Amino acid sequence: MPLIIGMSMLLVCQFAGELVAKGLTLPIPGPVIGMVILLVALMIRGQVPSSLRLAGEGLLHYLTLLFVPAGVGLMVHFELIGADFWPIVVTLLVSTAVTLGMTAWILERLQRRFSLGSGQEGDDR
Amino acid sequence: MNVASFDQLWVYLSGNPLLSLLVTLLVFALAVRINAAVGGTPLLHPVTLSIALLISLLLLVDMDYATYFEGAQFIHFLLGPATVALAIPLYDHRERVRRLLWPLLMACGVGVFTAVSSTLALATLLGADTKTLLSLAPRSVTSPIAMGIAEQIGGIPSLAAGLVLLTGSIGCALGPWIFRLLRIKDPAVQGFTLGMAAHGFGTAHAFARIGAVAGAFSGLAMGLSGLVTAFVLPLITGMLGIG
Repeated sequence: MPLIIGMSMLLVCQFAGELVAKGLTLPIPGPVIGMVILLVALMIRGQVPSSLRLAGEGLLHYLTLLFVPAGVGLMVHFELIGADFWPIVVTLLVSTAVTLGMTAWILERLQRRFSLGSGQEGDDR
Repeated sequence: MNVASFDQLWVYLSGNPLLSLLVTLLVFALAVRINAAVGGTPLLHPVTLSIALLISLLLLVDMDYATYFEGAQFIHFLLGPATVALAIPLYDHRERVRRLLWPLLMACGVGVFTAVSSTLALATLLGADTKTLLSLAPRSVTSPIAMGIAEQIGGIPSLAAGLVLLTGSIGCALGPWIFRLLRIKDPAVQGFTLGMAAHGFGTAHAFARIGAVAGAFSGLAMGLSGLVTAFVLPLITGMLGIG
């Protein structure tokens, strides 16, 4: 039973997320809004129910498997990929490297400055 | 068994969602084994390997993607609840997230800007087709979000999903190398960066290879960058007049 209850909680949040996304015609996918809804619910409740943890962490453990079916869809676009092969490869490699570098560098610097500046004030707020 | 009955059996099996579901699971299990046997290198990521094996297999038995997806959709569907479940590690590490809220938000802004602008600039410079360009644009966010964005700005959703996966495996492969280069050791920073640049792949990699803190920050980065990109990208392509 716990697995079913936990899975139902995830699906309820996803469903609510889909409703919000469609209702307000937001360009954000339903599951992402569902994630925000679940986070708020957990904040209010103050703990993660064990059934939810069972279902949720089970899914997250196999997250990579879930990308496989969509990835196989690449086979439908071989022609377009072939035509733009080099632009795609170079863009993916260079842009991903630059994004990794910039994000890591900025966060490392900001985090150091931030923890130095607020270190004495404590974590009471 | 004679040839005719084998043919009938194949017709039955290939029209049944059970077969592609089973094959997907078996191929993935095999890919995980192969990846472990070669020392867990991200260059032969289980997902990229599974996709390559499955595409070869489908071409070999002449099954089209739509037929395959009839079975595989049961796995694909679970991406939704899994995305929702990312709230759990976030909640577990809420204190650390709260303390670092501003640096994280600023890093997210910079990350999204870098990803989108470098992608659009490079692909345009190298002369990619407009359809390709618009499918590449959301490549740094998780596939369910990227597919939505691609559709909205005039790209091809399923191509976008594929490019997202390639981005993810490239990000996991380049990540450790870039962290060494920049001397970044903090698991929170590593996780956040991987989630930012390599979304779900990065998050899975962070959980498996670095730890729960890195995984939580990676999930946070993936959610945040998805939200921000979903809002900002249609504005950018509209402003640049692409599409």
